[in-house]
Amino acid sequence: MRVTPAIWLRSVVAVLATARTFTLDGISARPVRVEVDVHRGLPGFAIVGLPDAAVREARERVRAALVNCGFEFPLRRIVVNLAPASLRKAGPGMDLAIAAALLSASGQLEWESLSRVALAGELALDGSTRPVNGALAMAEAARQGGAEAIVLPAENGAEATLVGGIDVIALDSLGRLPALVAGEWEPPRPRALTLDPDPTDGAPDLADLRGQPHLRHALEVAAAGGHSLLMIGPPGAGKSLAASRLPSILPPLASVEALEVARIASACGRLSGSLTGWRPFRAPHHTISPAGLVGGGNPPRPGEATLAHRGVLFLDELCEFRRDALEALRAPLEAGEVSIVRAGSRRGLPCRFMLVAAANPCPCGRGEADPDCSCAPVAVQRYQGRLSGALADRIDILAAVRQPSAAEIGGGPGEPSADVRERVAIARERQERRLGPGRCNAEMTPSEARECTLSGEAGALLAELYSRQRLSGRAHDRALRLAQTIADLAGAETIEQEQMAQALQLRRRDRG
Amino acid sequence: MAEPGACPDCLRRSWLLALLGPYIERIASGEPGSRSPELLRLDNEDLVAVAAPKVGAQLLGRVAALSEQHLAEELRAAQCWACCRHGDLYPEGLRDATDAPWALIGRGDPGLLDGLERFGAVTVVGSRRATSYGREIARELGRELAAAGMVVVSGLAFGIDGCAHRGAIDAGRTIAVLGCGPDTAYPAAHRSLWRRICEEGLVLSELPPGSSPWRWTFPARNRIMAALAGMTVVVEAAARSGSLITADLAADLGRDLGAVPGPVTSRASAGPNNLLAGGACVVRDAQDVLDAMLGAGATRLDRSGPRLDRRLGEVLVAVEAGESSCDGVAAALGLSGPDAAAALARLELLGYVSCSTVGTYSRTLLPAHS
Repeated sequence: MRVTPAIWLRSVVAVLATARTFTLDGISARPVRVEVDVHRGLPGFAIVGLPDAAVREARERVRAALVNCGFEFPLRRIVVNLAPASLRKAGPGMDLAIAAALLSASGQLEWESLSRVALAGELALDGSTRPVNGALAMAEAARQGGAEAIVLPAENGAEATLVGGIDVIALDSLGRLPALVAGEWEPPRPRALTLDPDPTDGAPDLADLRGQPHLRHALEVAAAGGHSLLMIGPPGAGKSLAASRLPSILPPLASVEALEVARIASACGRLSGSLTGWRPFRAPHHTISPAGLVGGGNPPRPGEATLAHRGVLFLDELCEFRRDALEALRAPLEAGEVSIVRAGSRRGLPCRFMLVAAANPCPCGRGEADPDCSCAPVAVQRYQGRLSGALADRIDILAAVRQPSAAEIGGGPGEPSADVRERVAIARERQERRLGPGRCNAEMTPSEARECTLSGEAGALLAELYSRQRLSGRAHDRALRLAQTIADLAGAETIEQEQMAQALQLRRRDRG
Repeated sequence: MAEPGACPDCLRRSWLLALLGPYIERIASGEPGSRSPELLRLDNEDLVAVAAPKVGAQLLGRVAALSEQHLAEELRAAQCWACCRHGDLYPEGLRDATDAPWALIGRGDPGLLDGLERFGAVTVVGSRRATSYGREIARELGRELAAAGMVVVSGLAFGIDGCAHRGAIDAGRTIAVLGCGPDTAYPAAHRSLWRRICEEGLVLSELPPGSSPWRWTFPARNRIMAALAGMTVVVEAAARSGSLITADLAADLGRDLGAVPGPVTSRASAGPNNLLAGGACVVRDAQDVLDAMLGAGATRLDRSGPRLDRRLGEVLVAVEAGESSCDGVAAALGLSGPDAAAALARLELLGYVSCSTVGTYSRTLLPAHS
């Protein structure tokens, strides 16, 4: 029998195929090159290149998927290298690339452009594809890396098309691959996600908050100026209810912001259905670890602070949170970014959120003024001492919440979110005109805060407080920022006396 | 003006007490006969025989060997001065106490003792574990008494003592009597307050610089506080509080005793309420104290705050009626949230109400303009 040189070569010399895929690192995708080497020897299947357990288990999934799709699993020595070898790889998203490269290396799939196409996806044992986290970031990385197209599981197609500038091929099964390569099967075009025009549909509404005009006002000022808010009151007074309604009075996300939020949601596998203009609302439990709150692990995974990016981070029972967790939140709160250093390189995870916290006035929750309060004064002092930690110093507004009266509860619904949101949006517009796009009063620098225009009486009021109560410079600027937001809500050019008085009442006191 | 200065024998007594610190600690207790003020009535030889019979002679020898120059040097190094019972500066109030200290070591302004009469000083004491009500009252009492020209005496402890000092130093003169050397800030958390009193007021102790506090030194300094002032006011104290020792000592000396009434359900006010039941003066504000000490109407405090407009007046009445939150005030008066907030901020600025760390409002002692 005459053997053609090529086939002969293939039977003795190792055959190499490469494919491009990605591993998720924080919320961005790092390119990974899959090299598959099939050569003679004792049959075996090894994966090298710092794989984690999920990547290593790809061996079993790929083997079963190949066989169940009618391919042959080569009984040779197979080595899969994931380059760069120094980068830690995580998750099952590399299954598809490994399978494609293996098919190519074993001569079952002639795909010339394989090395120019990016692939990502998890395989089921029957060969069908399963969605991966971070498809949006992967599509972006593929476009940056100059790939012609990206092959993704069908479920990830829609989010990847948000990127634009790259062909997205939504593959539902490994068995379709030969038909796709041969041009015999045209994959269905995934429908791109669009920004939901009315994000408020069916969402919790501020109208549920009955009575409590002061709390409503505090919420509105916080939303308008992006100020952080601390609510203190007995259990059941409506603190959590108020916090959960806060996203509904914030202006909807702009499309750039929505994409940022979608990228984070995609990396955490929480992007579903439609791209929404609704701001995220995260309420982690108080037992959360520092890494859970700000992100951590290797490769780094985003924490609650990043999930709350452009939205609201609600810390209920602030005094019960671990001190180190709150401490970890301080720098990100200032910088708007979580910075994680792993193996010498720094990753930044965005986290520009509005901080909203709630606490009870004393350990038993009733408050010292309540005759039923059974807390020892020392216990109350220690508890309230926790309210003046480093994180609490970053909080602008303090709202004392009280149990609403029977008349308030029985009264009609409050003003709906839509009306409040309109006022907030106008106030935000004024701030952007003054401070620049995307900025709000809470972010004013001390020098910007001192440029606020005050009426004579308002200035006198602030000066009197400053001298009488020995305010710190920070407290002085905080009062100015709050007053500016209240003036913006009222549509006033200068801060009037009445607005300054309201700001002085809302401000969080440094110490009793 | 009387100059600081003490005879060496009286000063040596202070140094002897410092040396006896751990020995007295062992024998002093709350039992009659072995309370520290009673022990300190003994003269040097008897005290040593009771507290440290074995090493007594040795300790007396060591103290006797301290030269006058050495004592002066130590005082100067700690920026302190001294006065003794034979000097002019020694306060009049201490002279009628049988257990009075032989010498007082001071740091700060000696002028506060110069010509200090019993009727020019008020001692304000109370629990270290005070409620916000007690702290507020103590601060206001301290401030108003000092503003009326009284010297406010207290013990620099946590809670009531610290608040009374803080209020007083803002408005006038205050004396802190310590259970350790006057150059030591105890409790350490009150270091900045101690420093301020050293600069603007007076810190006193019967112990020499560098002495550490013992359990027995606190009842001992209480007797100085009780004797210094013409009236002792207990703001808040549990039923078995150390502040009641001060009250007992003051009563023994025939000084006036005042107590600030509190809720009968509050454990923190049990002490003063019991004192009131036993006939102590009711102290609702500084005017009550002045009336009790100087005779009714002798000094009238001009304390009423500025006149209020109708809305602020209504809000003030609502706070007096027990509305402690902005929402409560708004609901009671039918005001909008922002209007109620602005009104409360103004009242706070005018001094009619105060705001706690948890954002609840309470009425201050400042009487409203009628």
